Amino acid sequence: MSTDPIGGGMGSPVPSNGDGLEVPKYNLKDFSSDQEVRWCPGCGDYAILKAVQGVFPDLGLRKEKFVVISGIGCSSRFPYYMNTFGFHTIHGRAPALATGLKTSRPDLEVWVATGDGDSMSIGGNHLIHVLRRNVGVKILMFNNRIYGLTKGQYSPTSEVGKRTKSTPMGSLDNPFNPLALALGAGATFVARTVDILVPHMKEVLHRAAQHKGTAFIEIYQNCNIFNDHAFTYITDKENRQANVLYLEHGKPLVFGDDQDRGIRLNGLEPEVIRFEDGYGPEDCVVWDEKAQSPTLAFLASQLLPPHFPTPLGVIRSIDAPPYEELVNQQVEAQIERLGRGDLGELLAGGETWEVG
Amino acid sequence: MTTHAPPQPPTAERSQETLEDVVIRFAGDSGDGMQLTGSQFSNTSALIGNDLSTLPDFPAEIRAPAGTLPGVSAFQVRIASHDIHTPGDAPDVLVAMNPAALKKNLRDLKPSGILIVNTDEFSKRNLNKAGYDANPLEDGSLGAFRVFPVELTTITRRTLEDSPLDTKSKDRCKNFLALGMCYWMFSRPMDSTIEWLSQKFGKRPEIAEANIAVLKAGWNYCDITGAFQSRYEVEPAKLEPGTYRSIMGNQALAAGLIAASYKSGRPLFLGAYPITPASDLLHELASKKEYGVTTFQAEDEIAACCAAIGASFGGALGVTASSGPGIALKAEAMNLAVMVELPLVVCNVQRAGPSTGMPTKTEQSDLLQVLFGRNGESPVPVVAPASPKDCFQMAFEAVRISLKYMVPVVLLSDGYIANGAEPWKIPPVDSLPDISPRFATGDSVDEDEGFLPYVRDEVTLARPWAVPGTPGLEHRIGGLEKADRTGNVSYDPDNHQRMTDLRAEKVERVALDIPELEIEGDPTGDLLVLGWGSTEGAIIGAVQRAQKAGLSVSRAHLRYLNPFPRNIDAVLASFDKVLVPEMNMGQLAMLLRARTLKNIVSFPKVQGLPFMRQELFEKIYEVLGEPLPEESGEAVSSIGGKESRDVH
Repeated sequence: MSTDPIGGGMGSPVPSNGDGLEVPKYNLKDFSSDQEVRWCPGCGDYAILKAVQGVFPDLGLRKEKFVVISGIGCSSRFPYYMNTFGFHTIHGRAPALATGLKTSRPDLEVWVATGDGDSMSIGGNHLIHVLRRNVGVKILMFNNRIYGLTKGQYSPTSEVGKRTKSTPMGSLDNPFNPLALALGAGATFVARTVDILVPHMKEVLHRAAQHKGTAFIEIYQNCNIFNDHAFTYITDKENRQANVLYLEHGKPLVFGDDQDRGIRLNGLEPEVIRFEDGYGPEDCVVWDEKAQSPTLAFLASQLLPPHFPTPLGVIRSIDAPPYEELVNQQVEAQIERLGRGDLGELLAGGETWEVG
Repeated sequence: MTTHAPPQPPTAERSQETLEDVVIRFAGDSGDGMQLTGSQFSNTSALIGNDLSTLPDFPAEIRAPAGTLPGVSAFQVRIASHDIHTPGDAPDVLVAMNPAALKKNLRDLKPSGILIVNTDEFSKRNLNKAGYDANPLEDGSLGAFRVFPVELTTITRRTLEDSPLDTKSKDRCKNFLALGMCYWMFSRPMDSTIEWLSQKFGKRPEIAEANIAVLKAGWNYCDITGAFQSRYEVEPAKLEPGTYRSIMGNQALAAGLIAASYKSGRPLFLGAYPITPASDLLHELASKKEYGVTTFQAEDEIAACCAAIGASFGGALGVTASSGPGIALKAEAMNLAVMVELPLVVCNVQRAGPSTGMPTKTEQSDLLQVLFGRNGESPVPVVAPASPKDCFQMAFEAVRISLKYMVPVVLLSDGYIANGAEPWKIPPVDSLPDISPRFATGDSVDEDEGFLPYVRDEVTLARPWAVPGTPGLEHRIGGLEKADRTGNVSYDPDNHQRMTDLRAEKVERVALDIPELEIEGDPTGDLLVLGWGSTEGAIIGAVQRAQKAGLSVSRAHLRYLNPFPRNIDAVLASFDKVLVPEMNMGQLAMLLRARTLKNIVSFPKVQGLPFMRQELFEKIYEVLGEPLPEESGEAVSSIGGKESRDVH
């Protein structure tokens, strides 16, 4: 199937799938649609859109190979602004739709744009299942910790006590930790970045694009209308160095204004160490995004303010065969074993008899 | 405890009777292998050329406590030397493997019918479990039937004295003893079952051998003991010439989908979530990967439907299958397919509702659900197969309409035809029409406006299928209202009206592309019996009988529920009265009344059971105000009349 992604040769004309054509040199504009972008001025989504439009030209694929799929919410307007194939689906279901598409068309480059409400609440089931299956789609989860399009209700990632129109006395439910949720579902690629850190975001997007299997990227995204300053503690220039922990594979977990602090493990408990107390980078955990066990990644996902810096970068990246490859291998193996199914034989079934 | 029939000399002195039509029901505990026994009897009967129709009736519980009423599993098969359309109202022969099976099924057995019981199971404990105060084999309550008490378990064990199997495994063979007896009684060859056993248990020859030995023992028991004084013959039916096989509804559905996949060149993608009674479709297609079929067991019904839509977007034939509760969950995704105008086939194998209802029992009560159970104006074509074999044709039709009109199509099957089987004249592959979806290509791109995904075909009003990977066709679709031609998001009032009209008109135009409604019988008259879906068999039986009795009654059967065949108004206007039997509370009748303002007579039935010919026959008389003819019942078994035997 992967060599013959849409079947064909069985009776009707088949559209070209663009394979074998030369890949032009694209730039950002080639991936911008003619639709006027209608997010609120100042929304973090603009930066994400620009970053994605900036990364797609570098991926060595023809434009018609890209499909951007979304659910419902502010972030899910994303496909309209990308000059690719796009599908703005229904609330929470983008991963399910993307699974069907990628499974039947492994040749396509499928990206999903979703938000914290879309993916963690109404679409929570589809998210965990696309992750456990390891379908080769890239999921951009815009986390602004609020419902924007419905005008400001608390979301499944809002902090406890959040006062909104739907929670005038403060929200009561504990938020999801999206990274931990993804890891718990068996995600093979998990990363976090922030809307305003464009170079970092582009680096993460590149890494995600290279990953075979599901890539889950949490993007902290500021909603300047309903939840402004949600991420100021890591986005303000003054705080950033002190509160952000950049993860780099093979490097010790060091952070701080002057790279003067680090994370070490005391048993299974992480703790912040200050180099002024006589510690050094050699005392810190060496970051390993490729560890087969998700334990370290899970530990990083639990580094939360105010006691810990916020990790950004690739939390986990391990190799595992993507779902669509395995599914199509089974089909190919059966064809190999039994020959391409003969319709006449199928209709005849097992035992037949003649009436003369 | 029982008196055996006195031994008789072997075969020579027995009578051989020819029957035209006989109904046999195998009933036992769900662990007794009754479905297997019944299907083996059916297959053998099919191979010798009988027309047949089957009705499995199994409990919802996988393994209800042994010997209890909820654990009873039954399989009814009707074989005939003429064309038949239903598995029969009531059995002529009942095989009861235990007291519970007897208790649950006896009320259906025709007077003078043959009753074979496994006396070994009639212990006090088992009688209690089945709710019997006294042993029915001893209290005279079975006097109306010809009772043949047989120690099935004892004979099975004796036959397998030398087998290496343990006792439990030996006892499991006893259904084949009963089968062997029925083969003898109805003069069927055992070869096909013997070959099936040898293949099925190729790796466990001791099991195959044991079952074969017991099967033959059943035959010999009848031959030697002379327990039965009559043997019966049911001659081959005079079917249309051709090659036949026996096929179940869900099998035919799977075959129709694959055939349409081949004829359209679109690989089949099934998204499904397990649900009774639709799961067999998933199983069937999962085992057909060599046909390029991909099956996806999704995390839920919603994902199953969404994945199918995703596959369709990519150019595959996206199909999802479920039953009522699952269809409810898919509604939002089906609506997305309506809006984005992508192909999708939704198979609803209906069961008794509402809510979880009775999952293993049949009903036709999702018609209004699939027509109207979505938000907004959301028209979709709906088709409904009329019998197990018709599932093939209507699955093919569902795909054809979906790909040609770029619209989700619902196929309404039900538990009765999904699990029922009948002979099917296999169509030559060449006789199946090609299905040619209209793809957009690079040539579809307008120089000024670019690619316009919502420019429609003038005849079908379908938009083109613009598959990702096709250079120049990059475009965006979604659930927001589309601007005509460009497909861009639009809140324009006139555009919404226009697009709503277009989506409706597109579905209406399907009426020009489907067969007219055919009338069986006079084209005008006092009464038209109009059915849809799985009621056809019973309706044919009842109407033909009423016609023979001289009533002015015709029948027609709807296999297309939306749009209706284009001549439906004319057909309905040609009869004084229209009777609509359906396994719901009158859903089609409601639609027809709304459309024609005619006083449609509804005949609703929601008992989880198919219609019986007899009740329809009586209803026809009632509607026409005619007195029922004397001896109108089919009560007495045709095979029991000659001699009545009392076990005491």
